[in-house]
Amino acid sequence: MAASVVFRARAVTKIYEMGEVRVQALRGIDLELYAGELVVLLGPSGSGKSTLLNILGGLDTATGGQVLYHDRDLTRADDRELTEYRRHHVGFVFQFYNLIPSLTARENVAIVTEIAHDPLPPADALALVGLGERLDHFPAQLSGGEQQRVAIARAVAKRPAVLLCDEPTGALDSETGVVVLDALERVNRELRTTTAIITHNVAQADIAERIVHLRDGLITRIEQNDHRRPARELAW
Amino acid sequence: MKAIDRKLVRDLWGMRGQALAIAFVVLAGVATYIAMRGIMAALQRSLTDYYEAYRFADGFATLRRAPEAARRQLLDIPGIAQLETRVTAPVRLDVPGFGEPVQGVLVSVPEGQQPLLNQLVLRAGRLVAPGHPDEVLLNEVFAQAQGLRPGDRLAATVNGRRRNFTVVGIALSPEYLLQMQPGTLFVDPARFGVLWLGREALAAACDMRGAFNDVTFSFAAGTRGQDVIERIDHVLARYGGRGAVLRKDQFSNFAIHEEFRQLRTTSTLLPGIFIAVAAFLLNIVVSRLISLQREQIGVLKAFGYTNTDVGLHYAKLVLLVALAGGAAGVVVGLWLAGLMGDLYLDYYRLPSLDFSASIGSVIAALVLTTGAALLGVQRAVRRAVRLSPAIAMRPALPALYHATIMERVGFQRWFDQPTRMILRNLDRQPVRALLTVVGIAFACAILVMGLFFGDSFDFIMRVQYGLAERQDVTVVFVEPTSTEAVHELARIPGVQWAEPFRSVAVRLRHGHRQYDASLEGVPTAARLRRIIGTDLEPIEIPAGGAVLTDRLAEVLHLRPGDSVTVEVREGSRRTRSVAVVGIARQFIGMAAYMDLGTLNRLAGAGQAVSGAHLMIDRPAEAAITAALQERPRVASILAQERAIEAFNEMVDRSMLTMTFILSLAAAVIAFGVVYNSARIALSERDRELASLRVLGFTRAEIAYILLGELTVLTLAAIPVGCLLGAAFSAWVVTSLQTDMYRFPIVLGRGTFGMAAAIVLGAAVVSALIVRYRLNRLDLIGVLKTRE
Repeated sequence: MAASVVFRARAVTKIYEMGEVRVQALRGIDLELYAGELVVLLGPSGSGKSTLLNILGGLDTATGGQVLYHDRDLTRADDRELTEYRRHHVGFVFQFYNLIPSLTARENVAIVTEIAHDPLPPADALALVGLGERLDHFPAQLSGGEQQRVAIARAVAKRPAVLLCDEPTGALDSETGVVVLDALERVNRELRTTTAIITHNVAQADIAERIVHLRDGLITRIEQNDHRRPARELAW
Repeated sequence: MKAIDRKLVRDLWGMRGQALAIAFVVLAGVATYIAMRGIMAALQRSLTDYYEAYRFADGFATLRRAPEAARRQLLDIPGIAQLETRVTAPVRLDVPGFGEPVQGVLVSVPEGQQPLLNQLVLRAGRLVAPGHPDEVLLNEVFAQAQGLRPGDRLAATVNGRRRNFTVVGIALSPEYLLQMQPGTLFVDPARFGVLWLGREALAAACDMRGAFNDVTFSFAAGTRGQDVIERIDHVLARYGGRGAVLRKDQFSNFAIHEEFRQLRTTSTLLPGIFIAVAAFLLNIVVSRLISLQREQIGVLKAFGYTNTDVGLHYAKLVLLVALAGGAAGVVVGLWLAGLMGDLYLDYYRLPSLDFSASIGSVIAALVLTTGAALLGVQRAVRRAVRLSPAIAMRPALPALYHATIMERVGFQRWFDQPTRMILRNLDRQPVRALLTVVGIAFACAILVMGLFFGDSFDFIMRVQYGLAERQDVTVVFVEPTSTEAVHELARIPGVQWAEPFRSVAVRLRHGHRQYDASLEGVPTAARLRRIIGTDLEPIEIPAGGAVLTDRLAEVLHLRPGDSVTVEVREGSRRTRSVAVVGIARQFIGMAAYMDLGTLNRLAGAGQAVSGAHLMIDRPAEAAITAALQERPRVASILAQERAIEAFNEMVDRSMLTMTFILSLAAAVIAFGVVYNSARIALSERDRELASLRVLGFTRAEIAYILLGELTVLTLAAIPVGCLLGAAFSAWVVTSLQTDMYRFPIVLGRGTFGMAAAIVLGAAVVSALIVRYRLNRLDLIGVLKTRE
């Protein structure tokens, strides 16, 4: 593959200590993500895919191993460096949208573009996900699918190098989920943003170039998908 | 506006009720601070300027009579810069159309020019002219109360002789900021006045030609005042000197400095309580907001907002509330200062009050407020700052509860599940429960403190006028007179009973402590003026012993059984050691009492009396007053009823405003604390309560869980608040007490009941608002959203 490596993870482990309980979420992950690709991380709940995504996104740090973003060692970064990394390089989409309820769609995007270098205008970002008409609605006035598309617009508006999506359709019915995936696909295609999507839904993996299978904190298989299907053809 | 600031504004709007409640508490704190500090600074500044510009004397002395030649001796005392001799005399006035006895004091001024010291501020008219012995100047407060103007005429009795005066001017003097009749303790501007008369005229009127009975003086720089005072006393001793005093002990100056001391206490305590309560409220409200916005904080951080950004975001919210309240507080404070300024100028007569809002105190108030507010929320904001974005994105762990001690020791079976929820919730956040109790208790305490003065005054009235001073009229003679004069008064038709008294100026000494007081002689088996003991029973003073008022005994560190050295400062000028045989309960004035016979033996001049207390037939009052007015040896006639009226008027004027402000403040605090606690409780538990509704609990049942907690806290706070209020009252009373009056710590059940009722009222109103919201709980909506 000619594309350059964006992420390089080596022997990444993560242990959560919650009171007296020790949970080993990742047991040694080796993974590369390439520029511009669309990857799906597939696995049942508890397989460690969210943990991995959080570590890649600089929301959390690994207990052991190394994660490189280009030449930057995320495992050694302190909080200030991780913040700077998130601010300029990463876009997140969460399962429960996590919009700020007191801000309108446009303002939810603006809150991110205001601290970014060279962002898309919020209206353009919203147009990209098909929400050019509902700029001034508050989250409570939007459907779940619309809220998630605002979240995608918010994530991509700063033109991040990577877009990390944690179960973006998890809270949506399949019809709406398709619209959301379509938006992600379009962002990946038009902006060439490296996109990683977490799902436990096997059907959704079809949109990916590569599918990474996880189970119990380990990668069981990485599958090259030669039969990519556009999101619009999916149903589950 | 940046999107994050827009969030701020909308968050604030969403919690406007709570924010407003807190802003009001801040407002009250800043307003009281600005007003009280401002008025104090203005009074102090204006006073200093006034004293400087009009040459307020450094020392004062009164004596019986000295030849003008003695002036030389006084001027030779090292340290004296300027010295001026004067003549002063009591005067009885007939103000046309007033119909009641009016007393006054005549103070001499040089004809045609300002005195050297204690110069007059002419407010109208002119100074007295040489060769016109009938010209007088009136003190402004008296002139205003009587509606007198330059050109008006007054009839007067000076030294037993009738005189007619013409008012030529209205003036103020730094010596009489406060114009009070000796022997009374209340300002009664219409019935007592200060008048200035030419020196020649006054000397002629009271046989003081070539003599003086009053001296004022100023010191050269670097002089130790006490040394000069001692030398002056030494010189004046042979002329019947009654003891010189320094400026700090001069009546009107002392009174205004006492006022400053009181203002300093209240201007610290009151704003302090408000700001502490505001900080606490901000703490609970912002803590709640931050736990509600965990996920939003997570998102902001996930998208690259720094810890500082997040911390600042919440700090700004707090600052907005604090500054909004603070700014409004400054405005209200300035307005309040204006009102207070008028009140003070009505009481303490200064030529002007130079009130300018000091930028310093405004900044101090705002810095203090915002500082306290930020301190109050710093833990909550730090929690927001420390929240890791990944953790913030996950729902909070269920809060850890456990069985409370009460349940563990076996009371379990007494509590149903809802009651257990109440107990465990209180147990889980003991600090917050405690602070809520403290907050409500503060409100209750302020109320107790405000209402307490009413009880205290009632008690003073009961003891002072119900038990001790039961006379209708007090007559004071020009000078000590034979007892025959009392019998004569008793014969005036309508007088039922006349009881003599004598008062003598003395210096009391005990060890190194001394106090100049009046020693009063009372007849045995007195029926009108009785000395009341600490047990509120009349004391019969045994011959040879002395009874001291409680405050005087305290000042001199004397107890019954000790002996006190009495130096008589007039007449015989004897010094005797006298046994203290009792302590009198007295709230107004400080004095020592003796059996009349014993006092007469000590003071000399035979069986003399200074005056008499009379019991009269009410309908005969006017006739009796007229009869008394005709007697030249009567220096003053005090109607007890007037004294009570004056007392009540003073109370109404100064204390009721204070009580009203305190009550309002307490209500603001009580409502602020209870309402915020209730709203927070609702916001924290709406999910839980909605779940219970879904499970079939009635509205009343879930209201019980939510409001039960608040009821427990409020009920716990009331006794705490009552105790705290009693402690505050005791503290304030100690700091308010002066040699003139002290407030007894009397707390009636009514006060506690009223305080409790107002706090409960505020709690019930808050509960009703919350109950209303509870009834509209969106069962499905609440359950659908993620916690």
